[in-house]
Amino acid sequence: MICLENVSKTFTLHNQGSAIIDVISDVSFSVSGGECVALTGASGAGKSTLMRMIYGNYLTQSGAIRIGDVDLVQAEPRDVIALRREVLGYVSQFLRVVPRVPTLEVVADPLRAVGVSAEDASDRAQVLLRQLNIPERLWSLSPTTFSGGEQQRVNIARGFAHAYPAMLLDEPTASLDAVNREIVLSLIEEAKARGAAIIGIFHDEAARARVCDREIDVSRFASGVAA
Amino acid sequence: MTALLSVKDLSKRYGAHIGCADVSFDLYPGEVMGIVGESGSGKSTLLNCLAGHLAPDAGQVVFDTRTDGPKDTVTMSEPERRMLGRTDSAFVHQHARDGLRMGISAGGNVGERLMAVGERHYGDIRGKATDWLERVEIDSARVDDRPTTFSGGMQQRLQIARNLVTGPRLVFMDEPTGGLDVSVQARLLDLLRGLVRDMGLSAIIVTHDLAVVRLLADRLMVMKSGRVVEAGLTDQVLDDPQHAYSQLLVSSVLQV
Repeated sequence: MICLENVSKTFTLHNQGSAIIDVISDVSFSVSGGECVALTGASGAGKSTLMRMIYGNYLTQSGAIRIGDVDLVQAEPRDVIALRREVLGYVSQFLRVVPRVPTLEVVADPLRAVGVSAEDASDRAQVLLRQLNIPERLWSLSPTTFSGGEQQRVNIARGFAHAYPAMLLDEPTASLDAVNREIVLSLIEEAKARGAAIIGIFHDEAARARVCDREIDVSRFASGVAA
Repeated sequence: MTALLSVKDLSKRYGAHIGCADVSFDLYPGEVMGIVGESGSGKSTLLNCLAGHLAPDAGQVVFDTRTDGPKDTVTMSEPERRMLGRTDSAFVHQHARDGLRMGISAGGNVGERLMAVGERHYGDIRGKATDWLERVEIDSARVDDRPTTFSGGMQQRLQIARNLVTGPRLVFMDEPTGGLDVSVQARLLDLLRGLVRDMGLSAIIVTHDLAVVRLLADRLMVMKSGRVVEAGLTDQVLDDPQHAYSQLLVSSVLQV
């Protein structure tokens, strides 16, 4: 489902003396449907960079990143937009929403985007919000004023609303209490059971051991010495 | 899928000075594209050339019209271009006063656009005008008030209602949230987001506010000195800018 071939990434900082930072090079691996793979490595090894390259918000200099039958490295913006709408989900650590939009709509939004009726999308959103213990009295409010943990859970509800065949999870269990952590892990297990290919970054080792089938140490792709 | 707007090598000069040069892109139905850059970078010149308000010196702007399919708006006759600007496309000005008739009522402002495309039944026109005022969250009791009695944010929403009542497929917006306070801006963003999703609208938005672009636009073009220096997915350009100027622009934003 997700397949990386000889992928490399370099940052060029034009306004800081044109410093060139080689982050990772020659990354190749693949993840099949129903599989969850953890990216590991010390802070700064390039886990998040690699994740963002797979989502397409970091540009990849060389190689191929295939998700389904689309190569993200070559794809036109509108193909990437369609891919993200239908195939590739991403749960980031930060919630980014239009202010003033009610939580229920924020969560239902990805479903509305793939053509699900307002009513069905709202039903699914309600199930997820209830599951993730977001009190019903908050549903009509914008999540921008919520606590960090609540925002994180809204973000997860949003990420799991549509059944994406491929998912990227950036620390989905960070800043959650034991009960909610358990719920998120079961959501991940459900997604695996329906055949989603998942790549995740988990600092929580117990969580990683429970849901991940394999680990990929990103530091082995580190590009030698930075220029 | 046919591009809604297909732009090739568009250039506009003001004497020796470059307005915009060699701009090419395709915009597809349902896409929202942002154009950013410092003032004087050619954003508004480009937008006005695309909307047919300014005649470019070279290039093509092929619009997929509802009635006749793809047509170059640069070589179109003036009446044809004006009609297109009422039926298939719309233009939201930065200053609502430029896009509204200040001497006639709010309902009249919306209704006038309907009459321009041939509607004649007073009841229908008033009904649609009232409906649109509500959609942009203006109290329908204000339908007979002049826009001069409205706040800046209300005028901007009225301008949007006036532009969208005829169901355009593409909306050009020049700093639609500029000069509005942030609470009003948030309302307007929410409104635009809903319209884009529910009506399948495409939009080209010129702004210097990167936060607005991130929330509204799928794609982004960065302009400098009349040229497009970088284009791509919005979050890619903002998170991993490649060109020196885009990097400067992104790194100069103050964190709230």
